[in-house]
Amino acid sequence: MTDTVLRGAPGPFFGEFGGRFMPESLVAAIDELAAAYEVAKDDPEFQAELAALHRTYTGRPSIITEVPRFARHAGGARIILKREDLNHTGSHKINNVLGQALLTRRIGKTRVIAETGAGQHGVASATAAALFGLECTVFMGEVDTQRQALNVARMRLLGAEVVPVTTGSRTLKDAINEAYREWVTSVATTNYLFGTAAGPHPFPAMVRDFQKIIGEEAREQVQALTGGLPDAVVACVGGGSNAIGIFSAFLDDAGVALYGIEAGGEGLDSGRTAASIERGRVGVLHGARSYLLQDEDGQTLESHSISAGLDYPGVGPEHSHLASIGRAEYRAATDTEAMDALRLLSRTEGIIPAIESAHALAGALVLGRELGPGSVILVNLSGRGDKDVATAGRWFDLLDEAATQE
Amino acid sequence: MTAAGGGVASVIDARRDAGSGALIGYLPVGFPDLDTSVDAAVALVENGVDALELGVPYSDPVMDGPVIQAATQRALAGGFRVRDVLTAVERIRSRVAAPVLVMTYWNPILQFGAETFARGLRDAGGSGLITPDITPDADTEWIALSDAYGLERVFLAAPSSTDERLRLTVAASRGFVYTVSTMGITGARADLDAAARRLVGRLRDAGAERACVGIGISTAEQVREVLGYADGAIVGSLLVSALADGGVARVAAVARALAEGTRSGRPTPAH
Repeated sequence: MTDTVLRGAPGPFFGEFGGRFMPESLVAAIDELAAAYEVAKDDPEFQAELAALHRTYTGRPSIITEVPRFARHAGGARIILKREDLNHTGSHKINNVLGQALLTRRIGKTRVIAETGAGQHGVASATAAALFGLECTVFMGEVDTQRQALNVARMRLLGAEVVPVTTGSRTLKDAINEAYREWVTSVATTNYLFGTAAGPHPFPAMVRDFQKIIGEEAREQVQALTGGLPDAVVACVGGGSNAIGIFSAFLDDAGVALYGIEAGGEGLDSGRTAASIERGRVGVLHGARSYLLQDEDGQTLESHSISAGLDYPGVGPEHSHLASIGRAEYRAATDTEAMDALRLLSRTEGIIPAIESAHALAGALVLGRELGPGSVILVNLSGRGDKDVATAGRWFDLLDEAATQE
Repeated sequence: MTAAGGGVASVIDARRDAGSGALIGYLPVGFPDLDTSVDAAVALVENGVDALELGVPYSDPVMDGPVIQAATQRALAGGFRVRDVLTAVERIRSRVAAPVLVMTYWNPILQFGAETFARGLRDAGGSGLITPDITPDADTEWIALSDAYGLERVFLAAPSSTDERLRLTVAASRGFVYTVSTMGITGARADLDAAARRLVGRLRDAGAERACVGIGISTAEQVREVLGYADGAIVGSLLVSALADGGVARVAAVARALAEGTRSGRPTPAH
């Protein structure tokens, strides 16, 4: 490990990763956003407004919860959850969209577009748009609109237009393509609320900055509870915004190990996985150089995960950098391991996690056995599982026949 | 932007000296299959197209409209490989003299090996690349490689580009600057955007020797109109639709009709 100061890297590059590989048609808008963010991030008024929203609307600070009954299955380690599931709209995504919506208002645009996978970022975007009186259009892969039908209804209830995307693999990557296409045609009035710490500069650094509150709160909360820093911090990684959000505060704490858990899908070597860092090669997709699931010709491969929110063939560039320098370790949890962890937390602690977050829980179970009794593991519980109950019902065969016939 | 010795630049200059401008036709490689895409490209030239733009099918074509997306997805499903592009260029150049540019998203080139591709393209007789998803300041090796291999590099300019960015784009481009004629993505439009005319004017102010206008052209009349202020008119979606609907014969007929727009007297330049 290096003793370089890693916290708060400004981009556009994180080591060899990141950048701004974008069509010229969008460069002016991205530069405008980057410039506005540079001013806003050092503007006490902007930060105060965001902090007030988090206090009175998001419900921050989110609490931490120690889960001893769950931890009994993790080799005697102490497991502490950072409860982003308790935020308004049910996940960490709200942290980012409130920041970007405030920025949209500052640059004088009246409409926002967003991509969404599981629907959590779409719901958060629709929520922020309603709160700020902005028009909102959300692009969502057709496969995901079916997997997450309830979130589609939530977005529409909040007044957003939801556009099912029928091109390509009809999942998150195609929703991003369609959002870019839409942005090219409407860039004069429209801002793009990007949902994860990926894409072109300034998104990876900006989204991280809006999410780093997770780790900043948790770092203090864990110290207050245990008297020290955790031995390990664990988070799931799709694009990687919740993970970079909780990692950020610990990046320069040499004694804290960082673990990103990617979606292994049906297994790392099954060909049906979303583990971009473990099974990808470096390439350029959606505006950044990063690890990417791709074939020999550089065509993006379809990813697979039971979790729509992790079903993405790329990953944020800062994670690629942290992996390449060894500061964070990236592992995978399969669909089965994640679903088992989801059920275990539900039954032992009365907390139903999002399937995305269940990947981090599955990682923590393994890690606890490695680190041994008394070790302290902080897990980012990035979202709640309400949206996933139908999937879990089918997976565990929990639905009565009448219900499954609908 | 400096005058290039050959390639697209010299064809554009020759057409301009003759009082007209260049008609540039786009088709993707491998649609509906490799052989037909080569035959169709040759047919374009035989029917009045001055220069070719061969598209590289890609899984995530963010700058393409529905017609081209559908064609390139079909090419990918049919087993298209990036090396087929070099084969296509070589075959086309053995049959017709028109210059051939390759239009490609960056990742396929990166994975092929940018230098290997540049060398292969030069050896196949290609003129250079049009790169819709990278800009001159995107930190790629393409500027150095195109210089090393004597290839043209066409970057895009958009109505939203600042004057500073237009100067950057003009300075980095070799061959011509590709002018996006509307704020939109590719797809035939009934009327050309007046924004194209303004943008070409801004590019001239930024020092552009050659500016070609693409995206949205579907009639000979529009070709004529564009050549009234620009050095080349680029047609894509219309040709791809023609190839999809009626094969090589249909695409040849559409090219012939469009080429009418390059013939009659050029109107007084507006700028």
